[in-house]
Amino acid sequence: MQFNRDELLGAYRRMKVIREFEERLHEEIKTGEIAGFTHLYAGQEAVAVGICDQLTVEDMIVSTHRGHGHCIAKGCDVKGMMKEIFGRAGGLCKGRGGSMHIADLDVGMLGANGIVGGGAPQAVGAAIAARIDGKGRVGIAFSGDGACNQGTTFEAMNLAVVTKVPAIFVFENNHYSEHTGDAYAVGTNKDIASRAEGFGMKAWRANGCDFFETYTAFAELLEYVRAGNGPAAIELDTERYYGHFEGDPQRYRGKGEIDRIRAERDCLKAFRAKVVGAALLTDDDLDKVDAEVIAQIEEAVVEARADELPDPATVADDVYVEYY
Amino acid sequence: MAIMNIREAIVSTLHAEMERDSDIILLGEDVVGGNGTAGGPEAIGGIWGTSPGLWEKFGPERVIDTPISESAIIGAAAGAALAGKRPVAELMFADFVGVSLDQIWNQMAKFRYMFGGKTKCPAVVRLVYGAGMSTAAQHSQSVYAMLTAMPGLKVVLPTTPADAKGLLTEALRGDDPVMYFEHKTLYGVKGEVPDGDYRQRFGEARMVREGGDVTVVACGRMVNFSEKAADKLAADGIGMDLLDLRTTSPLDEDAILESVEQTGRLVVVDETPPRCSLAADICAMVAQRAFSSLKAPPQMVTAPHSPIPFARNLERAWVPSPQKVEEAVRRVLAFR
Repeated sequence: MQFNRDELLGAYRRMKVIREFEERLHEEIKTGEIAGFTHLYAGQEAVAVGICDQLTVEDMIVSTHRGHGHCIAKGCDVKGMMKEIFGRAGGLCKGRGGSMHIADLDVGMLGANGIVGGGAPQAVGAAIAARIDGKGRVGIAFSGDGACNQGTTFEAMNLAVVTKVPAIFVFENNHYSEHTGDAYAVGTNKDIASRAEGFGMKAWRANGCDFFETYTAFAELLEYVRAGNGPAAIELDTERYYGHFEGDPQRYRGKGEIDRIRAERDCLKAFRAKVVGAALLTDDDLDKVDAEVIAQIEEAVVEARADELPDPATVADDVYVEYY
Repeated sequence: MAIMNIREAIVSTLHAEMERDSDIILLGEDVVGGNGTAGGPEAIGGIWGTSPGLWEKFGPERVIDTPISESAIIGAAAGAALAGKRPVAELMFADFVGVSLDQIWNQMAKFRYMFGGKTKCPAVVRLVYGAGMSTAAQHSQSVYAMLTAMPGLKVVLPTTPADAKGLLTEALRGDDPVMYFEHKTLYGVKGEVPDGDYRQRFGEARMVREGGDVTVVACGRMVNFSEKAADKLAADGIGMDLLDLRTTSPLDEDAILESVEQTGRLVVVDETPPRCSLAADICAMVAQRAFSSLKAPPQMVTAPHSPIPFARNLERAWVPSPQKVEEAVRRVLAFR
């Protein structure tokens, strides 16, 4: 894969926006200002960006409850997301959805999902719609290693194979479903891609901590699916820095495990090392992006905090469409 | 007006609407019927005979046989609706809502609200329900009350061929998820069906009879049972206001209250067990809003708090009957 300077800067920026968004939320949550459950995506940025960078707004994704990264990578408004998580009226979903239910259909983001395994059949439905329209669109389900054990995911894979629709199953294996390891919970030698293969679709495997490897593998997959070969899957080996939810002390993780993966498998560091090593970009270029992104997220937090709260009188609005 | 039965009204509406709107797709188990067999597609035309000719006319992209995977069927309908289509998903037995409940309840019912009103989910789920064919505990249930309790869903129960057409057309042209219940014993019920474009607005109950002595509220097959009771009672000079709800969400509260304010007496007939049922809900609503009009305690005619039995005589004992409706009416009239 060849990337020009702008593409590299763009990809790095998007990964950095996700990282900074999540790192900042990790701090903001401690203030007690953010209600409910928040599940952070930090560590998995190369997956969301490596995949969504190759999609158009016409392509449709369904996400997980760890959905901020997918939202940002797919093009959701970052300030709108921050306001949503702060429960403000100006939030992307008017404060109705919160962290777990962010959606923006205008950019092909059909929703984060509070139910593990809830999204996969919906991606097949999106793929059915895409095939009817005949514009080469795809429907993509992001699922974790937890969702790969849900029956909905199995049903969705089988239905996609039977109907030969352009559905793509992206399995982000961060090795923890809530607090239980994949070594225990995934009963197939920890290999999720082979399950997809078992349903009769082609599957790819890649290092999800490496943007370039993820991008390259997904490019092949996407070409295969867009060519009308039916569904496909990819399993990305990735890492989750924070707990299942914010506030989870992660006592189930090995001693020094998080320090080690942060040191050895960080996708942003790996990206920097590669592009600087190959003299495609300089440390200064990337430092500049870092500073801009930090300021951007600061602004998003300040604006979110200043935004008004939703009007309680609207609590039962938007249940149904208005007709008469 | 053509005379047709409910099954024919559904088939012809699907044909007409799919022809009118190319975004409508149909998916479900055996909706084509026969795919992958020596007999070939369209060998059965749907397990309930509600989809013959659709595959042949609209092709495999719009009429999709699915594996036996209810979560995938409803989930795919939800996703296709988000992606701009108007899916009709068939659950050949409403009981299988249990298998796919997450996709109905947590997903399609909530998209619009949860996403801040910026989305719609124009999916229609057709559910075949009801007792009366000895299909026993897992193939006979009337789960409309359960789904009525879920904000975000619209719940529709046609009792006549005209309503089968009007309500299905309305469902297919609306932008909310609709649970369209087809009673398995009513498919053969015949009646006049308006020609051409015919829509029945949701939330408008049908006054089946006006009698003035007592208000009987029913839906689905219970409307027909209540009519039988009305005939018996009429012989004794007792007049019944009989309301066919048509839709339980939205609920035509005004029609119920208006009638009760006239009659002062209420009987609700509901083909489900009594706890947290539609009957309980309507009685509570009337008690809260029309208490001073009531001349007698509202009566609920429901099934017992038990699963549905298999044996014919047991099933007959389980389902509310015309006789039980008649008795309930006499009870409210006798109250002093």
